[in-house]
Amino acid sequence: MSTWIGATKLVDLGKARRWGAWYVAEYRLRNMSKWWSAIIAFGIGNPVLYLVSIGLGIGSLVTKSTGSHGIEGVSYLEFLAPALLATACIQAAMDETSFPVLEGFTWTRFLFAMNATSLTGSQITGGIMIASFIRCVATAFMYGGILVAFSAINIAHLPALMLASIFAGMGFAAVMMAAASFVRDDDGFFAIVGRFIIAPMFMFSGTFYPIEKTPIYLQWIGWISPLWHSTNMGRNLSYGHQVAPWLMVVHFAYLAALYYIGFRVAARQFKKRLAE
Amino acid sequence: MIVAKALTKTYGDFKAVDAIDFKVKRGEAFGLLGPNGAGKSTTMRMIGATLQRSGGDLQILGKDPNTHGPEIRAHLGVVPQQDNLDRELKVWENLFIYGRYFGLSRKFLKAKVEELIGFVKLEDKRDVKVDALSGGMKRRLTIARGLVNEPEILMLDEPTTGLDPQARHVLWDRLFRLKEQGVTLVITTHYMDEAEQLCDRLIVMDKGKIMAEGSPAELIRDYSSREVVEVRFGSAKNAEVAPHLEGLGERIEVLPDRILIYAENGEQVLHQITTKGFEPLTSLVRRSSLEDVFLRLTGRTLVD
Repeated sequence: MSTWIGATKLVDLGKARRWGAWYVAEYRLRNMSKWWSAIIAFGIGNPVLYLVSIGLGIGSLVTKSTGSHGIEGVSYLEFLAPALLATACIQAAMDETSFPVLEGFTWTRFLFAMNATSLTGSQITGGIMIASFIRCVATAFMYGGILVAFSAINIAHLPALMLASIFAGMGFAAVMMAAASFVRDDDGFFAIVGRFIIAPMFMFSGTFYPIEKTPIYLQWIGWISPLWHSTNMGRNLSYGHQVAPWLMVVHFAYLAALYYIGFRVAARQFKKRLAE
Repeated sequence: MIVAKALTKTYGDFKAVDAIDFKVKRGEAFGLLGPNGAGKSTTMRMIGATLQRSGGDLQILGKDPNTHGPEIRAHLGVVPQQDNLDRELKVWENLFIYGRYFGLSRKFLKAKVEELIGFVKLEDKRDVKVDALSGGMKRRLTIARGLVNEPEILMLDEPTTGLDPQARHVLWDRLFRLKEQGVTLVITTHYMDEAEQLCDRLIVMDKGKIMAEGSPAELIRDYSSREVVEVRFGSAKNAEVAPHLEGLGERIEVLPDRILIYAENGEQVLHQITTKGFEPLTSLVRRSSLEDVFLRLTGRTLVD
């Protein structure tokens, strides 16, 4: 066995070990900064259009038919707000875990470039997740602010709602990251995800009407959907929608489990693919 | 710097790298020459501590890459065959962010990035997105990126594949500079001229095995003659004429498009051919190259 002859000149390995994931996140943020106008436009434009068309337009019709007590005792807009916020967080977070993973493995192969440095596979996975978290939180602030401005939520309820939404965003983002890490070439991955996962999830998660009003054979979509778990939790936290304490625990645990499992699977697959 | 003993990589039953031994010394420019699929890139990735070996022993800077990947990679510069720069980022940003992966400070990188941009002569492209660069410029940028951590070993996988002749020479010139500065270079190539130009010592690989090892001059001396006569009689007639040329020079190789005659004195052989009454369509007397070494060792040309 010969001895280590790598001079300790530039790279501080201890520092690289501790902060590696943050260096990856720094890269992702820089990359995001190239798209900031699109990110802001989606973050603000999307909710404003939604609130105007559905919240106020359809909402006024809903209010007309439900009478002054609204849905579950609140206006349609207030009913809708937790779901809209969670959807926005899910969309923002998954954008940052699915596109970059596909890009990094198959299009620009930037993940392989990272892997040639002192970074490890799990640091790379962690870094992408951190960046996704940052965008998710930023979106929660932007969207949340607009919801408050439209009186869709009471500002006092905002922190709790944001938390519920960020939880959903991260749980789903981790699952998407795991899924994207198995894709070999982009043979319609995003189209499939969009049509068969996102769209049904959005429709059948109790987003636009209480999940109990959905036919029973479709309710399972809501039960496995992070959006429903977050929305139901959020409705409880914001306007006091009745949710049993045990169910609140299930909501929380389900989202945490999605995150944990998704992240673990992704990290393992990253390590494997980077070493191929 | 690098010691490989019986280094092996298998994929199922396929042996991509088959029990090879070699050593690379500090400051050396070491080449892996061989055709596509010879196992060069696989060997490179094992040295680069990103691919686990299946068998044998490998030490990089005295450590095992299977167990000390990040430590070893902190001292390596890698220039992959396929450019994996970030196309959305500007030239300087690509260097800066890559330095950050190693945890290098922003202050240090600010100066380093300018130095490297100057070194690879991309000053006027500093603020341009990578997408707008030519192939040669991208490759130079990738080399600069590989130098950002001041590596002990710079590894270049097919550095000039796909580049035009002028871009190749610019790149070679930069690599010579690095060699002069004492950077250890490990280069894979299937271009014999590149291997001759850049490498102090090389191994010739084919089908995962080492066929020969030595400096370009040694290899040519050991496996070829000083000069080579290339004659063409037209593809239909080459095989027909060849038997009549036996005995001229030291050795004859008949390829589909030409006949190669290995000799100490090429002009003399050419003269003998014409006195025998054969008139080649074209003829050329040249010095032996690594291409001839490879042909001798494997019976195939490098670009086969």
